[in-house]
Amino acid sequence: MGSHEQSHDHDHHIIGYGTHLVIYFGLLLLTGLTVAVARVNLGELNLWVAMLVATFKAALVILYFMHMKYEHKLIQFLFVIALLALFLPYGAVFIDYLHR
Amino acid sequence: MSSHAASHPQDAHSDNPHADYIGDKVGFWFFLYTELVLFGGLFLGYFFYHMKYKEAFHEAGSHLNVFMGAGNTVVLLTSSLTMVMSLTALQKRKKGLSLLYLGMTILFALAFMVVKYFEWGAKFSYGLYPGSEILQSSHSDGVIIFYGLYFVMTGTHGVHVVLGLLALSWMFVWVWQGKIHADDYAYLENVGLYWHLVDLIWIYLFPLLYLVA
Repeated sequence: MGSHEQSHDHDHHIIGYGTHLVIYFGLLLLTGLTVAVARVNLGELNLWVAMLVATFKAALVILYFMHMKYEHKLIQFLFVIALLALFLPYGAVFIDYLHR
Repeated sequence: MSSHAASHPQDAHSDNPHADYIGDKVGFWFFLYTELVLFGGLFLGYFFYHMKYKEAFHEAGSHLNVFMGAGNTVVLLTSSLTMVMSLTALQKRKKGLSLLYLGMTILFALAFMVVKYFEWGAKFSYGLYPGSEILQSSHSDGVIIFYGLYFVMTGTHGVHVVLGLLALSWMFVWVWQGKIHADDYAYLENVGLYWHLVDLIWIYLFPLLYLVA
């Protein structure tokens, strides 16, 4: 059982309860940060700071809760392609808007 | 770990001779990418009109209840935690604990929808809903668009929460019945991925709608 359990853990990385809790508290902290920063008037920057914090939170959720950090190479590769497919049109719209 | 997707160690444990663990996950991620494009389009619309109607978005956004929005953010983050705890418990062969965490996830999802109900209810009672007379007559284009985006984005997200609730309840029954277990948990993992995606979208919706003011 011991050696089977070990090889099983190796094949299938199981993230422990402790790691989940650390990520969770990190996410709560960042939520508090984003609410606090929104009360400071940074003008234009407010939106971008909020998006930056949200992206940090998203990264934590994707890498740990969604297991992407430990995922099969194929799944990681497809994820990057999907992000590019999403953000290239974003770039195109922003460039178009700025040059009107 | 084998480099080729069709033969994964997990498959050997499964009762299903055609089990393809990596394939299950690749397929589900493809579905998640279509969701990303669905919400991605809405977010792009938001950014575009935010640039165009800065002041109006600022004014309209200040009417949303930050307390409720932040509360719901905490509820969804906590539900994401209980979701991964449920999967870890199942992987460690603790079925009872897995069910407990899964049940908590379902309760948090319900709590989210209850808060949403009161939030939308409050908007409706002020006469704020798509195409309402108050919005049409007394506000600028920017405010009308902000509330349009607010209802479409939180509405689409809400539909996903409800579908997630159904999927989570389905998984609860399957774990209970032993159809999903420590050696074959791709279904629970994929429903978990869906639930985290719902959380991810809210992570962006909350600051964009509630904190732009």
